[in-house]
Amino acid sequence: MRHFDYARAESPQQAVAAHGSERDAAFLAGGTTLLDLVKLDVMQPQKVVDINGVDLDTIERLDDGRLRIGAMVTNTALARDERVVNDYAVLSQALLAGASTQLRNKATTGGNVMQRVRCPYFRDGVSACNKREPGSGCAAIDGVNRTVHAVLGTSDNCIATHPSDMCVAMAAIGATVEVQGPEGRREIDFADFHLLPGDTPAREHALEPGELITHVTLDAPLEGSRSAYLKLRDRQSYQFALASSAVIVRMDGNTIREARVAMGGVGTKPWRAPEVEAALKGKVASEAVFAEAAKRAFENAVAYSQNGYKIPLGQQAIVRNLTDLIAA
Amino acid sequence: MSDKDTKEPIIGAGVLRIDGPDKLAGRANYAADNLPANMAYGYGVFSTIAKGKVTRLNIDEAKRMPGVIDIFHHGHFPSLYRTPSSFVQGNKVEETRLPFEDERVYYEGQFVALVVADSFENARAAARHVKVEYAAEAAVANLAQGLDDNGTQAGGGHSRGDAASAFDSADTTIDVTYHTPVETHNPMEMHASVAYWDAQGDLTIYDASQGVVVERNALSKIFAIAPERITVHAPYIGSGFGSKLWTWPHAIATAAVSRELGRPVQLVVPRQQMFTTTGHRPETRQRMRLATDGNGKLVSLRHEAINTTSFTDQYVETCGSVTKSLYSCPDLTVGHETTQVNRGTPTSMRAPGAAPGLFALESAIDEMAEAAGVDPVQFRLDNYAERDESQDLDFSSNHIVEATKQAAERFGWHDRNPEVGSMREGREIVGYGMAACNWEALKRPCDARVSLRADGTVFASCATQDIGTGTYTIVAQAVSDVTGVPLDRINVKLGDSSYPDGPISGGSWATATTLPAIAGAARNALDELKRYATGGNGIFAEASADDLSVADGALRYDGKQASFAEVLDAARYGSADGEAHTEAADSKYSYRSFGAHFVEVRWDPGISHLRVARVVSAIDVGKVINATTARNQVEGAVVMGIGMGLFEATEYDERSGRPVNNDYAEYVVPVHADQPEIDVILLDYPDLAFNEYGARGIGEIGITGLAAAIGNAVHHATGKRIRELPITLDKLMDDVPQAQSA
Repeated sequence: MRHFDYARAESPQQAVAAHGSERDAAFLAGGTTLLDLVKLDVMQPQKVVDINGVDLDTIERLDDGRLRIGAMVTNTALARDERVVNDYAVLSQALLAGASTQLRNKATTGGNVMQRVRCPYFRDGVSACNKREPGSGCAAIDGVNRTVHAVLGTSDNCIATHPSDMCVAMAAIGATVEVQGPEGRREIDFADFHLLPGDTPAREHALEPGELITHVTLDAPLEGSRSAYLKLRDRQSYQFALASSAVIVRMDGNTIREARVAMGGVGTKPWRAPEVEAALKGKVASEAVFAEAAKRAFENAVAYSQNGYKIPLGQQAIVRNLTDLIAA
Repeated sequence: MSDKDTKEPIIGAGVLRIDGPDKLAGRANYAADNLPANMAYGYGVFSTIAKGKVTRLNIDEAKRMPGVIDIFHHGHFPSLYRTPSSFVQGNKVEETRLPFEDERVYYEGQFVALVVADSFENARAAARHVKVEYAAEAAVANLAQGLDDNGTQAGGGHSRGDAASAFDSADTTIDVTYHTPVETHNPMEMHASVAYWDAQGDLTIYDASQGVVVERNALSKIFAIAPERITVHAPYIGSGFGSKLWTWPHAIATAAVSRELGRPVQLVVPRQQMFTTTGHRPETRQRMRLATDGNGKLVSLRHEAINTTSFTDQYVETCGSVTKSLYSCPDLTVGHETTQVNRGTPTSMRAPGAAPGLFALESAIDEMAEAAGVDPVQFRLDNYAERDESQDLDFSSNHIVEATKQAAERFGWHDRNPEVGSMREGREIVGYGMAACNWEALKRPCDARVSLRADGTVFASCATQDIGTGTYTIVAQAVSDVTGVPLDRINVKLGDSSYPDGPISGGSWATATTLPAIAGAARNALDELKRYATGGNGIFAEASADDLSVADGALRYDGKQASFAEVLDAARYGSADGEAHTEAADSKYSYRSFGAHFVEVRWDPGISHLRVARVVSAIDVGKVINATTARNQVEGAVVMGIGMGLFEATEYDERSGRPVNNDYAEYVVPVHADQPEIDVILLDYPDLAFNEYGARGIGEIGITGLAAAIGNAVHHATGKRIRELPITLDKLMDDVPQAQSA
C-alpha cells in the first residue's frame, strides 16, 4: 500500500506540531472524506495526524450568547444537541438531511467544514481537474454536470458545488472558525472561510498550511427568529442537494423584519444570499415577495450543459422554505 | 386422514429463510470470504480510454513496489482458449474475448494489466503505478453515434400479418419513440473470485456466480481441462440481478494467474469497474407504432428496438419479447437490432428485454388508449390476448384479466378523474397510472439428489444457487412436503458445481426447474427406503413396499410407525438415496406469467418534487411456493422499478467513455424513504400443465411494466409524456434555462 506516517495528537498544539506546514500532511478526524479519497488515490498524504484523541468534542454556550462547537463534535451529536435544536433549528435540520446515520456518527464539525467536492472528475483521479491537478482543466464544464455542479460562483476553472449541508446552515446563521496554527490561534469569519474557485480552485479555504480547525462558533441566535432547512434532491435521502436553502426570519406580525438566506447545491461555496435578504427585509410576507426575492439570488447564475434547472429549483427551495416557515 | 392433511401445507406457507440465521451471524461465506493459505491478491489496471491500443506498458516501478509478485498483461499471460459460448451447451459467457488476448481496448475500464501481490493494499498501490500508454482512437460514445457511424446488426424478431398496411388504413394511430439509458446492476456484493489449483491440476474457484454449472463448463473450455476437474462454489452471493449469470474476464484471469503462480489468488472487482467490465443493461431506442379501429381494438402494432452492444460481442436486449403475445393483434411486427459502441458487453439485468420493452409498450398502450378515447384499464381488458398469437398456442394459465380487475379495485381506479392534473391534494397533484406486467416462464432440465440419513436428517443438493431469493428455503419446503420431515432437519446444499446439475439462477427459472427434480429425488429416496424397510432386515419385512405410507418423516404400516432413522438403523444402512432428472418444459402451451401494476404519483410543482406514493400489484405466477419470499421478490422488484422509472441511469462521459456516476452515492437507486406503501396481491392459481407444483417463478415479473405505470401516472398528473427514462425532476420542470456556451 501507499505508506504514510501516522501520528496521534492529544492537543491542538501537538496536532499542529506533528502536522508541520507540509502540504501533503493531513489531519484525520472522522475520516469520511479523507479515507475515501485516499482509497481512491485522489489524496496521497505522506503524513496523517489523527486528532481523535484531541479534546475538542464539547459544545458550550459563551457569555455573549454564541455557541462554541468543538471541531470533533460529530454531526449526530451536534444535530441532537438541545441548544442547537432549540436555537438553531436550521442547523439541526441541515445536519440530519446530510449523508446517512452511519456517516453522521463518524463525521465531525471540523471535518464537515473541510469536506471536499463530490465532482466525479475530481474523484476519478484521471480526468482533467484543476483542483486535483492545477492547470489540467475542468472536465465537468463540458461533461456530466447535472447533480453536483454549481450555477453560482463558478469559473472557467471549476464548477463543483460545495457539498456540505451543515455549512449552508452555518452560512445563514453566521459563524467564526477558530484555528490553531504554527503561529498560534486566529479566527476566520465563516463567510470568508470557503473560497470561490476563480483561477485557483485547488485553494478551497482560508487555512494556511498546518492550521487546524479547533472550533466553529455560531453567532448568537437572532432574537425572536425561526429557521428551517429545505433540501431538494432526486431521492429522499442519502444524496447531495440539487438545491437547498437555509432560512432564518424574524417577523413582526406579517412583516419580515429580518431574513438570512443561504443556499446549497447551487454554489461553489456555502452560498449566503444578501441580495435575497435585502429584498425580503421590511416586506409583507407573500409568495410573490418570496419569489421576487429568490430571483435575485440567481441574477448572475450561469447554466451549464445539464444543470440549468438548478436556477429555478434553487428559487423554489427558497420560496417553499420561507412559505412554510412563516406559515408555521 | 393422516396428520399431514390437517396441518397447514408446507407448500405456500410463508416460512422464513432457513439461511437467514447464518447470514445474520456472519457464518455465510461469500466468495471473497474464502482465504486459503498462501493466498495472493490481484488488482486490475483498467484502461482509461474507450478505444485504441495499448502501445506501451511500463511496469518497472510497479514491479519494485512492496509485496508485488507478478504483473500480467498482454504478452505476459498464459495462452487460453475461447469458449464457444453456447447457451445450449451450457458454456456461455457474455464477453467472449479473453483477458489480455490482444493489445486492443474496446471500452473504458477494460483490464489492461493485473497486478498480483501479497496483500490487497500492495496490489492496489502497485496497480496505480503501472504506466500505460495508448494510441487512442475516436470512440463511439452512445446509441445515436453508433447508428450514425456504424448502423445496426440484425437481432431477430417476429412478424405476422401486414402491420404497415394495417397502420396506414387505421382510424387512430400513434408513432412514438422511447429511450432507456444504460442501467448498472449494482449488487451489494462485489464481483469476486478466489481460485486455486491442486497438485493434480484441478481447479477450485469460489466465485460470485449465479450459475456454477455454466461457469464450470465455460472454464473447462477456456482452460481445456475436463469439467470434472473444476469445482465452482457459490453457496451465497450478495445478489447479482443478472450481472453474475455468466463468467466475466476477472474470474478467468484469476484462475489463470493462480495456475501460473502456483498459489491461490483472490480478485475483487472494484465498484468503479463493476460499471464497466461485468455487464450492464444496454441503452435502448424503441419506436412504437400502434393503430386501433373505431372500436378501440388494436389493429396494428410495431415495436422496433435498437440496443447498444459492444464491439466484441452482440447482446440483444429483446425489448419486443412480450409485445408479440400480450395483446391480440393480427398485424404485428417486433424487430430487434443492435449498434456497436465502445462500452463493455451488456448482459441480462432483471427482466432483460421485458423491463425496457414494457416501458415502451405499456407507455405506448396508454398513449394509444388516450388517442382512442378509452380508459386505459378498459383498453387493456379489450385488447389482452386470449391465446399466444405469436406461437399459435394456448396459454397454460392466464389470469391477467382477473389480476387487472382485482388490482384496479384494490387501488381505487374508479376514483380516477381522467382529466390531466385534475386530482389535487394540498400542494400535490395526484396522478394515477397503470400498466400490465408479463414474463415468460421457463423450466430447464435439472438433476437433484436427496438422501434420507440414519441420523434423522435429510440432505438435498442441486447445483443451482440461492442468490438471496429464498431457493434454499423452497427446496427444503419441497423436501418436507414429500417426506414430512420438518425444515430444521433438512440440510440443503446449493451453489457447488459438483452437485447434480441445476439451472442458473436467472430468468425466474430456478423454482420451476429445481423443485420438480428435488421432489422426484425425494420420492426416489423414499422408494429406496421402503425397499430397505421391507427387505431381509427390514423393520416391516412382512410388508411389501407398496403397502407403506409416509408421514412426518416416518414410514407407516398396519398401524405401526417407524421413523426414517429407525428404518435405516434396522437395515444397517447409513442413508437411502434418490436422484432424479427432470426435463425442460414441453411446448404444448405458451407458459407465461401475468399481472398488473397500479401506481399513484404525487407531483409538487412548487418544489419540482415527484414521488411514488402508492403501488398495488396483482401478480399471476402460478402457485406461490413461499408467501413470504414471493411477496419479497415482488416488493423488491417494484422498488427496483421505481429506481428504473425515476432515478437510474449510468452516465457516461462522451469524451472518455467513462461511467461518471460510478458509485453508490451518485448512481441513484431508491432508498427506504423513497419506498411507498406496496400492496402485493398474489393470485396463486397453480399452473399444473407447467410442472407438478404449478409454480412459474417470480423474480422478474415485478419490475416489468412498473416504469410505464409511473410514466403513465406522471402524464395523468402533469400532462407531460416523458419518453426517456429516468423521469427526473428537471424533465418535468418548465422553462429550464439552457447553457449559453456550447
